[in-house]
Amino acid sequence: MKLNSLIAATAAAAALLGGVAAQAQEQEVRIGLLTTLTGPLAPLGQHVRDGFNLAVEEAGGKLGGVTTKVVVEDDQLRPDVAVQLATKLAERDKIQILTGVIFSNVAMAALKPAVENKVFFISPNAGPSQLAGKQCSPWFYATAWQNDQPHEAMGAHLQASGVKKVYLVAPNYNAGKDAMRGFKGAYKGTIAGESYPSMNQLDFAAEISQIRAAKPDAVYVFLSGGMGVNFTKQYAQARLGAEIPMYSAFTIDAITLPAVGEAAVGTFQSNLWNADLKIPANEKFVAAFQKKYGYLPSNYAAQSYDTARLIGAALRLSGGKADDKKAFAAALRNAKFESVRGPFAFNSNNFPVGNFYLLETVKRAGGKVEQVTRKTILTNAKDNYFGDCNMAGL
Amino acid sequence: MSLFLEQLLNGLQFGMMLFLMASGLTLVVGIMNFINLAHGTLYMAGAFLAVTFQLLTGNYLLALGLGIAATALLGLLIEVLVAQPLYKRDHLDQVLCTFGIILFLNELARMIWGSAPLRMDVPKVLDGSVDIAGIGYPSYRLAIIAVSAAVAIGLHLVITRTRLGMLIRAGAADRTMIVGLGVNIQLLYALVFAAGAALAALAGILAAPIFTVQTGMGDHILILTLVVIVIGGIGSVHGALVAALLVGVIDTVGRVTLPAGFGNVLIYLLMAMILFWRPRGLFPAHG
Amino acid sequence: MAETSLPLETTPAPGAGAGPRINGLVVGLACLALLVSVPFIAGALGDAFYVRVVTRIMIFAIMAISLDLVLGFGGMVCFGHAMFVGAAAYVVGIAGFHASSGDPLVLAGLQIPGSTNAFVVWPLAIATSALLALVFGAIALRTSGLYFIMITLAFAQMLYFVAVSAQTYGGVDGLTLDTVPTLGPIDTGNRQQLYWVVLVALVAVLLLCRRIVNSRFGLVLRASRFNETRLSAVGVAPYRYRLAAFVIAGAIAGVAGVLLASSQAFVSPADMSWLRSGELIVMVVLGGMATLYGPIIGAFFYLLAEFGLGHVTEHWQVVMGPLLVLVVLFGKGGLAGLVPAAWRGGAR
Repeated sequence: MKLNSLIAATAAAAALLGGVAAQAQEQEVRIGLLTTLTGPLAPLGQHVRDGFNLAVEEAGGKLGGVTTKVVVEDDQLRPDVAVQLATKLAERDKIQILTGVIFSNVAMAALKPAVENKVFFISPNAGPSQLAGKQCSPWFYATAWQNDQPHEAMGAHLQASGVKKVYLVAPNYNAGKDAMRGFKGAYKGTIAGESYPSMNQLDFAAEISQIRAAKPDAVYVFLSGGMGVNFTKQYAQARLGAEIPMYSAFTIDAITLPAVGEAAVGTFQSNLWNADLKIPANEKFVAAFQKKYGYLPSNYAAQSYDTARLIGAALRLSGGKADDKKAFAAALRNAKFESVRGPFAFNSNNFPVGNFYLLETVKRAGGKVEQVTRKTILTNAKDNYFGDCNMAGL
Repeated sequence: MSLFLEQLLNGLQFGMMLFLMASGLTLVVGIMNFINLAHGTLYMAGAFLAVTFQLLTGNYLLALGLGIAATALLGLLIEVLVAQPLYKRDHLDQVLCTFGIILFLNELARMIWGSAPLRMDVPKVLDGSVDIAGIGYPSYRLAIIAVSAAVAIGLHLVITRTRLGMLIRAGAADRTMIVGLGVNIQLLYALVFAAGAALAALAGILAAPIFTVQTGMGDHILILTLVVIVIGGIGSVHGALVAALLVGVIDTVGRVTLPAGFGNVLIYLLMAMILFWRPRGLFPAHG
Repeated sequence: MAETSLPLETTPAPGAGAGPRINGLVVGLACLALLVSVPFIAGALGDAFYVRVVTRIMIFAIMAISLDLVLGFGGMVCFGHAMFVGAAAYVVGIAGFHASSGDPLVLAGLQIPGSTNAFVVWPLAIATSALLALVFGAIALRTSGLYFIMITLAFAQMLYFVAVSAQTYGGVDGLTLDTVPTLGPIDTGNRQQLYWVVLVALVAVLLLCRRIVNSRFGLVLRASRFNETRLSAVGVAPYRYRLAAFVIAGAIAGVAGVLLASSQAFVSPADMSWLRSGELIVMVVLGGMATLYGPIIGAFFYLLAEFGLGHVTEHWQVVMGPLLVLVVLFGKGGLAGLVPAAWRGGAR
């Protein structure tokens, strides 16, 4: 029967692959890139993958001088799929490092298989608060931020600017609630109102009407992907931007800007990176990225690029020993590399200490709409959770 | 008071767009007894095609017209290739095949246009706001209400005053009878299917400047459309109108009054309750 | 639904026709032997991951078989079947959550402590699924056709959004199970031990369904799929039979749910979404409706696609879509239909 021959064939294939994998362990570092490549937020995964691959290519295929094998998997933004794939990457592909994860729910789901298999989980984007605090793990590193930080940055900016009343909009899930809590931690003025639309909502007319009625001085928004694009367009159509300027994080970036266009002009964003940052490593990165891929990188690409270069620096520092867990962990914490975002160092909870910038979306003389860095809001900012972290040893 | 009025307008506008989707689908399901899950992808196709036509011609009205026409043709293609062999098969086969079409068209759109969202701008003439009771309500949304209302009136006239409309009503009420009347069934079915596709495309193109044009954009609206036609009663365009407005207003008002998350459940609860009381919907076309 | 003649005339009555049934038994035993050998083969190859894959396939096969009972044999197009799986999985997850945290669950004034004892949690989970099936089935089965499909979809969506709103248990992000239930001396977190538990469950479910389908109850159920009028003419009201089948299927889905929770060590609303229900329907149809091995085959191929096709091309859906259409239009009886009828075993 068909079933028999199929299983026999797969068993044979497994034998072949199993043999090959066992041989190559000495000379290479195997990195699992688990990211979101399908679905509405696929562009983010594409940026993450492309940023990582650029760094590997620049290193001649050998990060830190070690032959680098990258296995790319698509988590489809589904935690249940991520669990399966993280397990597969750890057990079948025998990766030493797991990276690429963009979303916090995926990160939390993939964490258990990674830790169980002693795989270093280096997240280029997701920075859940649990992993920064009470549940911090010696196996988990975040190279971008703790999720609340961009919100805290904007909150600090609005507080310092003397804005009195702010209306909040975020999606109705844990990360959205966390984000607004982070904002409120830094912003001490009045919260004029809060709306938490659900995840697949497309039409924000109702929320915009509520905002208009509440008469705040500013509106602070956290809505990713298509939600963010829709909201920004609809907000512009409602003509509220002049009286109630729109501030946001994770909402408008190099990925969503082409879809939003002029509707974003006059809005402000907080981010850890922008293409125009005057840092030599960054200028080289942006030019190389555009040359290789033909499009402008977003902060997701930059973060992923930095992650690869961090791994390379750590490999060099540890003498290429990706399998010596203690040595590699020490190397990760102490490695020095030129980040494209500015200064980079790990805090005691394996989360980064870095800068946050205020960006404004403007329209250039030729009609091009782009984000311009206006100022540094926070310098060497640490997250609020590291105090709760009692980092265990490996 | 003005906030409530504004939310009512929002609900009305959303409801009218749902009506455009639901009117086409309720006829397809009612007359041909064909469950077309691919209806949402026709909405998406209309939006994508219009964006492309606008890039090519630079004219919104031209893009609108061409987008509708092209999608109607796509609808005809689907009708001939997939729907015709399935009319005699059971609902499950239809659901599975049209689900396969969703997978295919969604991925095809991604292969042609990429996965990043596309932009369609509101036509310049409508890019403003109209003063209603002290609020500046976006002109474009008012235009959507106006266009949808015009379509509703047009559909009403066609259905109640023309021979074609009579055949449609008869077909929805009793399929086997109109065959006996010697009507060219194949032509009627093809026409209804194409009309459904055209209406879905119109909804998609009207929505494009407000929502992102992205692969998979039809999936969410499909579920809502199914809810609307089930509440309204399969085969009844009037039922679709009532149900669409009901769903539009309740969804909008529910979202801002109830705690987050409950708004989503409300629509399904409503549908379950209505089906419990009226198992065939509010205004079923069949007896 | 399609009008076809009753199968009563063509199906061999239970007990008659020893020939086809012996062949079916041989095939079944061969498959069983294969499944029994998987952990040993995987161990020999040093690739324990395969044990996990086959465990997952078997769990999905149980889900698909339970759906086949209502869909294939009963003709009820239920778009919410995954909710029975998810509900049971969540009961296990919630019990484990409270066991880990130490705080009891406060429900209707009662303080219910958490538990990781499978003998306590599993019957509770399965009973929950059965109860949900009873309540939802009682309402939904009053309708038919598209209305039935829509109302099952509506119930599934409602339960899905309830799970999404439950922020304590992870909401839309899902709940990681730090500890999974122990079945006496058996630790379901150990993948080898779980494999045997799931295999035993699969065999038990298959035997049970075979029994049901070949009984008088099963006969009425299958008849109700094809010609209700004739059935009523004989004086049998299909509603009670359908509801009973619905509840049984819900309970079996609950079995799959508790096993899924242990296998994933994770539960999320995605496990009970309408998309998952749709995937189950595809498995049943691709594998072959109204057969008992069909759903197993369907689960195998569908999960192969989940793991494998994504590697061949990221545009696999553009192939899967038309493939589905072709199979439905031209593939009579799904993949199981490729196997000669004498070998297929089970009913029909």
